[in-house]
Amino acid sequence: MPTLTIDGIEVEVENGTTVLQAAEQVGIEIPRFCYHERLSIAGNCRMCLVEVTPGPPKPAASCALPAGEGMVVKTNTPKVRKFREGVMEFLLINHPLDCPVCDQGGECDLQDQSMAYGVGDSRYKEKRRLVKEKYMGPLIRTIMTRCIHCTRCVRFADEVAGVPSLGAIGRGENMQITTYQEQAFQSELSGNVVDLCPVGALTSKPYTFKARPWELTNTETIDVHDALGSNIRIDSRGRAVMRALARIHEAVNEEWISDKTRHAVDGLAKNRLDQPYIKKGGKLQPASWKEAFEIISKKLKGLSGDQIAGLVGDLCDAESMYAFKALMSSLGAGIECRQDGSKVGAKHRVGYLFNSGVTGIDEADACLIIGSNPRKESPVLNARLRQRWLSRKCKVANIGPDVDLSYKVDQLGDSAAILKDILDGKNDFAKVLKSAEKPMLILGQGALNREDSPAIIKLAHDIAEKYGLIKDDWNGFNVLHTAASRVAALDMGLIRDGGVEAIFEGAEKGDIKVVYNLGADELDTSRLKKAFVIYQGSHGDEGVRHADVILPGVAYTEKPGTYINMEGRVQRAFRAVFGPGEAREDWTIFRALSDVLGKTLDFDDIAALRQVMEKDYPHFAAIDEKPDEEWADFGVAGKLSKEGFTLPITDFYGTNPIARASETMAECRAVMNGANQTEGATGTNG
Amino acid sequence: MLADKDRIFTNLYGFESPFLKAAKKRGDWDGTKKILARDQDSIINEMKESGLRGRGGAGFPTGLKWSFMPKESDGRPSYLVVNADEGEPGTCKDREIMRHDPHKLIEGCLIAGYAMRAVAAYIYIRGEFVHEAKVLEQAIEEARDAGLIGKNACGSGFDFDVFVHRGAGAYICGEETALIESLEGKKGQPRLKPPFPANVGVFGCPTTVNNVESIAVVPEILRRGGSWFAGIGRENNTGTKLFCISGHVNNPCNVEEEMGIPLKELIEKHAGGIRGGWDNLLAVIPGGSSVHMIPKSVCDTVLMDFDSLRAEGTGLGTAAVIVMDKSTDLLRAITRLSAFYKHESCGQCTPCREGTGWMWRVMERLCSGEAEIEEIDTLLEVTKQIEGHTICALGDAAAWPIQGLMRHFRPEVEHRILEYKKTHNAA
Repeated sequence: MPTLTIDGIEVEVENGTTVLQAAEQVGIEIPRFCYHERLSIAGNCRMCLVEVTPGPPKPAASCALPAGEGMVVKTNTPKVRKFREGVMEFLLINHPLDCPVCDQGGECDLQDQSMAYGVGDSRYKEKRRLVKEKYMGPLIRTIMTRCIHCTRCVRFADEVAGVPSLGAIGRGENMQITTYQEQAFQSELSGNVVDLCPVGALTSKPYTFKARPWELTNTETIDVHDALGSNIRIDSRGRAVMRALARIHEAVNEEWISDKTRHAVDGLAKNRLDQPYIKKGGKLQPASWKEAFEIISKKLKGLSGDQIAGLVGDLCDAESMYAFKALMSSLGAGIECRQDGSKVGAKHRVGYLFNSGVTGIDEADACLIIGSNPRKESPVLNARLRQRWLSRKCKVANIGPDVDLSYKVDQLGDSAAILKDILDGKNDFAKVLKSAEKPMLILGQGALNREDSPAIIKLAHDIAEKYGLIKDDWNGFNVLHTAASRVAALDMGLIRDGGVEAIFEGAEKGDIKVVYNLGADELDTSRLKKAFVIYQGSHGDEGVRHADVILPGVAYTEKPGTYINMEGRVQRAFRAVFGPGEAREDWTIFRALSDVLGKTLDFDDIAALRQVMEKDYPHFAAIDEKPDEEWADFGVAGKLSKEGFTLPITDFYGTNPIARASETMAECRAVMNGANQTEGATGTNG
Repeated sequence: MLADKDRIFTNLYGFESPFLKAAKKRGDWDGTKKILARDQDSIINEMKESGLRGRGGAGFPTGLKWSFMPKESDGRPSYLVVNADEGEPGTCKDREIMRHDPHKLIEGCLIAGYAMRAVAAYIYIRGEFVHEAKVLEQAIEEARDAGLIGKNACGSGFDFDVFVHRGAGAYICGEETALIESLEGKKGQPRLKPPFPANVGVFGCPTTVNNVESIAVVPEILRRGGSWFAGIGRENNTGTKLFCISGHVNNPCNVEEEMGIPLKELIEKHAGGIRGGWDNLLAVIPGGSSVHMIPKSVCDTVLMDFDSLRAEGTGLGTAAVIVMDKSTDLLRAITRLSAFYKHESCGQCTPCREGTGWMWRVMERLCSGEAEIEEIDTLLEVTKQIEGHTICALGDAAAWPIQGLMRHFRPEVEHRILEYKKTHNAA
């Protein structure tokens, strides 16, 4: 614990803290470009030079200098100002004065720091450098003349994304950052380099020339494209969502978000349901809310509860589902949330949560992945696993298809029987689990949507018990969900016996007369054809194909809501914009419909709804807390199937209606699946 | 003046075969087993006693450097890396060692490797040195076949191997950490220090990087004793040194001489004097392109060693003496060096990447006189903005020649500008 003095302030810091971090601790800002908290230290921009005694008489890069006992650091002397002015001048000699036409303008580190630390003038009169644009895929637009060679993007690709395809070629003035052979940067996290780039060299391609940062309204909210609940900021202008950016939440997404989270937002303006529809003569016709409600009320009249079934999709917020449940319960009907056919039970919360928490990954020293490809199912979580693996303190093994997770795993095979071997101690990985202090397993949806899933769950449960995954201060039994709504839905017990298959069969047989579908689009709705289908959702996707009545709901950016992520963390989302046309927040639709049906729900605004919801489910009020659930007994022993695991996500860029409506995602899908084009980009081709 | 009996590099001019038989006749590999039987620390102490300072340019005491290596392994092996990426303009000493006397280097690797408890030596040789690499490889092969290196080297029970790695021709890969990066197969860019190579070097293991000449003199020092070496030269600047004299002398040459020999004596005795006599001397760059030049007035009296040259505001560097007589266009000469540094900057840190190009461009204009006098000050300020602000010393190396020029010959530069103005205003 060295003690050092920075600008006269004495501070004691942890061992291994750098001078720059120590300065931050006492509130002294040292300008920097290449340094980033979450990346390795490059020390190449030289902006953070400070005076340090004792030591050589030359300035030291504070980002790379470990704080030492008795150090005296000066960050604000005329000499240090001179260092910074010098570096600033060098950075700017070849940086074009593009600010008025640069997308980074207004939120540019170089712009800000040149205002704060530059001299405002250049003595450089020679020729300037022009660098050809590089192709980096459909999400990243490059204007490489602006590049200041901080190599943040290169380090991100190497260290966080695990796709080492970015690098520098050439040397000296001719050094250029590029992707390998100018191919697309093939990572689910590629968009983060745009955030990392301190200048306008890498900007968002879909967002090119769309808006200026000072025109945008920022709404801090929660992402729904996977079950991690990444913290995001939605930037909107008027009624349009312009972009999504990452927000920092150390325990969830640090500051990364996946490309889908970031770039599927253009799907919010496409294929939207903006008014009710009623099927007349086999064709959907626009209708008023009144007509729609009347026809629903007519259809529901006289039906018993078991003739009605509810379905909820992957993107629903807790409030919608609570109101939905209240309405369906008043009719005596049940709801099913596991549209992917998952067999996970709702009885024990510990049995369907990511119990170690995302931060638990940072401590785990053994990890067994079962039937999951976290890289597709939750790329940010996967990046965290990769970080842990990079520390060489965690061994990772995989049971399931052999996929590239961006780190090396011990591929044990693709059969559920291996779990039995591990439990019996017949597999080598059993030893790893046994000797580990904080072992964990990750049960993916690929292991949960099979006939023998209860048996797999039981095996996982027993492995957890046998190999010390469950301890006083540690629970390494983790379920990796893919649906943002799933944990909240399971908390509310939105499951029916037989799951979604029972609803299909009931509809086919005619036992189920009415299916009320709240945003479930990832199932084969043709099997519901015989029933009267009410679809309520935001997009005209699979769900509306066989719908008889369509009620327009709003998407996640257009409503306040509560989401519970895979670790059981309750997070609040906020409205960034209003929904299109007559689309309404889902709970208000249920409230209105309940009136028509004569079963009026007893809440009139969202505060009242939350009050009753939190009364029923008290843990919904514990905002942003990771719960610790009591260990329980779950799973049913049974015969295992010989079949290999089928991973739930085959197309990362099209897992939900918003993503499928997004043109950007469509382009990503085309490029990442092999149609890798290199284009002759010029500075003006957009 | 160095006595013949004190000469280490007896085949510097290649009059004899570089290979094993002839090398043994010259005294190489004599009693190596006995040296290896000594305690490691006693070898390091002997090296410290000899006062040998690194011959690669910085002049860091070699024995002290070795003593930074871990005495007990923490599971990682240690390595010796020999810097044979001799790229400093004007320097051509390591090349001669490798092609005419490779066994000195190989034996040195073995002994140095033993002393620092390394398991192997990597000789990183400059890519352009094709012939030298071939000779070196053949010599290593010979030594291995003769049991001098490899398993149970020289019958000492110590296993040690020597490998040659050929570079790809980047000057920056002569910087020790860039060399390590390059050796690992990466883009040659200097690393941040700390950690120093003795802690985290090649492949993350403790490593010492030494110049070829530093290693090649090791066997002789240990055979004759550190005090013998320390008895040559001046205090703190001991031993013999290879000087590479080039430029406007009658007889450009490499020569082994005593440290601290007067520059004038060195040039007159070995290089046949300045073209047109001593009075025709304009300036000398005494230590390879990276150091300040010194004008004739300094050359008259200065001694060729680390401390004397440092006192004159320049440095011994690699002891590559570049002599320029009065026919030299100094501006042109320094501009060429600026172009070299601009071309060889790795591009990693800002001041060097952007500054070397800036300096070169201004120098080009100064060369033709197409500039303002104030620009000289701007240029000097730019050199100050680069010097000491970078990860490695290439930034300094690029700045110093210009600073040296302006310090001693600023009137010439101003004169050039005024001349240009006169002719162009007249027209």
